[in-house]
Amino acid sequence: MELSLSKEDTAFRDEVRAFVAKNYPPEMRVPNPETDLTKEQSLLWHRILYKKGWVAPLWPKEYGGPGWSITQRFVFEQETSRAGTLPPLAFGVTMVGPVIYTFGSEAQKKQFLPRILSGEDWWCQGYSEPGSGSDLASVRSRAVHDGDHYIVNGHKTWTTLAQHADWIFCLVRTDPAAKAQAGISFLLIDMKTPGVTVRPIITIDGSHEVNDVFLEDVRVPVANLIGEENKGWTYAKFLLGNERTSMASIGRSTRYLNRLKQIVKAEIPEDDPALGEFIRDIARVELDVLALEATELRFIAQMSRGIDPGPAASLFKIRGTEIFQCITDLTHRAIGNYGLALREHPASANIFMPGPEYSQTASEKYLNSRKLSIYGGSNEIQRNIIAKAVLGL
Amino acid sequence: MDIQLTEEQEMLRDSIQRLLRDQYDFDARRKIVATEDGWSRKRWTAFAELGLLAAPFGERAGGLGGGLLASMIVMQEFGRRLVVEPFLETVVLAGGLIEEVGSQAQHEEYLPDIMAGEAIWALAWAEGRSRYDFHKVATTARRRGDSYVLNGAKAAVIGAPWADKLIISARTSGEPRDRSGVSLFIVDSHSVNLHLQSFKTIDGRRAAEITLKEVQVPASALLGKEGEAVASLEACRDRAIAGLCAEAIGAMAELNSATLEYSRTRKQFGVPLGTFQVLQHRMVDMFIALEESISLTQHLNLALAANEPQGSKLASGAKAKIGYAARFVGEQAVQLHGGMGMSDELNVGHYLKRILAINIQFGDPAYHLMRFAGAN
Repeated sequence: MELSLSKEDTAFRDEVRAFVAKNYPPEMRVPNPETDLTKEQSLLWHRILYKKGWVAPLWPKEYGGPGWSITQRFVFEQETSRAGTLPPLAFGVTMVGPVIYTFGSEAQKKQFLPRILSGEDWWCQGYSEPGSGSDLASVRSRAVHDGDHYIVNGHKTWTTLAQHADWIFCLVRTDPAAKAQAGISFLLIDMKTPGVTVRPIITIDGSHEVNDVFLEDVRVPVANLIGEENKGWTYAKFLLGNERTSMASIGRSTRYLNRLKQIVKAEIPEDDPALGEFIRDIARVELDVLALEATELRFIAQMSRGIDPGPAASLFKIRGTEIFQCITDLTHRAIGNYGLALREHPASANIFMPGPEYSQTASEKYLNSRKLSIYGGSNEIQRNIIAKAVLGL
Repeated sequence: MDIQLTEEQEMLRDSIQRLLRDQYDFDARRKIVATEDGWSRKRWTAFAELGLLAAPFGERAGGLGGGLLASMIVMQEFGRRLVVEPFLETVVLAGGLIEEVGSQAQHEEYLPDIMAGEAIWALAWAEGRSRYDFHKVATTARRRGDSYVLNGAKAAVIGAPWADKLIISARTSGEPRDRSGVSLFIVDSHSVNLHLQSFKTIDGRRAAEITLKEVQVPASALLGKEGEAVASLEACRDRAIAGLCAEAIGAMAELNSATLEYSRTRKQFGVPLGTFQVLQHRMVDMFIALEESISLTQHLNLALAANEPQGSKLASGAKAKIGYAARFVGEQAVQLHGGMGMSDELNVGHYLKRILAINIQFGDPAYHLMRFAGAN
């Protein structure tokens, strides 16, 4: 489905399409980019976009954004995801960047924004803690004033790609007496500071994407506090809003759906009764994608007219993740007996995997995608949000 | 209908539970899976000493005469502990086939070693293009004098890297999709020109792709009647399904109790997770899924043990219904454990992975749903 684009927007779409086709690094086209690339490899595309001035579509021009309209941003997102590119790491560009230019000091803007754009600093997110889950406000990590420093102690978990990170943005408790949401502050911490330790968490798909991050007597300059002390919750919520709207992932679902159709065609013979099952299931998901995409386009159109979808945006997280889980499930089922195999990590070790090329990441994709309905506020929490904030229940 | 275990069966269950409690907690299992071989001969010997490997075989063959219900009891407990050792492959599949269609000489030659824990077996029926159908066999076996010569490839053979002996299906006549003309052969896994490529499975086991180039076996390696393997394999599958369903309910029971326990202790927004109604209802559905699965598993095992004519159709029905139920329970157990459910350190994800493998072994729920409906 396409937006009805103006002449200028059509020209822009063609420009983006041509740029991606010409410049996306072939070495980033590996079976599973999220887990198979080295830090340097995964930054290649980031740097190309940076040179072009396209790395941060969301950012205002004065901070280095391209100054695109909402429609242009959408077109860019659609083109790059349809082409199967690995987007620049969200933690810097999409998450902490906007927090810094919206709530940060001039010095912070100068220090951090250019390095986020260039890819010099790799950021990770210090929100979750053991026992906190979707209840982020229950944060227990403590930051105590000591002259012009905070002394931070705590334990962050599920920290994505912290093994590569130069910086971590953290929610910490600065006022233990205050109620849950009050008393939280938003701190930027250099990962090289003494007392910061990263421990890998291996997930059920066998990959190392997430980590525990331990903070023991970590000295953080007060200058690294975002905005005001004890107001961190406001900034955190602002950031989460950005996170949820980007979770419809239509481009990714469309790509995997097309691949699924090819796999079914190759794997399941015409006379197999299972073929009918797959055709029906695939048609259902295709309609789910179509409906979600139409909803996204409708919301985009509203936003261009200045109407904020607000908490209804949670529906993109819910449906986007459920759709993708359904596609990875169908793909795993489509490959039959080869679904028994699970690729070993690291992928660079070149360990024998049976079956056709398209079958080799099906197990890990299915397993990895179980996280989608859990992280970023579980889908149960998203439904609570809509029930409360949209339906008024 | 609720199976009332006999005193003997109760003893069997108790002894397995004791053994697994002492030697097969999750940490021990993790260490076994991480070894070079990926299974424990020591545990296998312990299973043999306890009589588990002899339990299902008939007394005439030297077994303890426990039949399918003995297998069901073993598999259910193995499901609870995620045992990786090839009980299904060696005892239920190979042992069952030899006992059912093997000659007296084959009984005498092979069954004592299986029951004593001295031989590991695997069954190689699938091929790259076969999906879940036994008759789609392109591997050939040509008669040459007093021997057969095998050529072809078998796919995703669970337990093959551990096996001393393989049972291989190959075509002795007809076209690659004919129902008749498929035969079974007992082949030494170290045979000349038999090549294994091993890989790890999603549930922590080992499997292999097998290629056969002019592999010669004596005529006495033929298991069952020439050309009639599809029917033997279908009966074998029914018994396998009975065991796999029992294993699935063992895994589901553990998942449900772990999830329930977690939801009672884990707090969110200041209250235990279990106080949220949406999660309560989810856990009620998980409970119902398990209850129905237990009933169907018992129903199936009794029907097969009594040789009821509808047994095979019921096996497919149970494989479908329990497959969907187990998957629901597995996925929801991960979901309700939140991030912890995604962690390799917790056992929950490993149960989900075993359930995924169970669902693929001998045909997924969609395949068996269609077979139950009479479509294939």
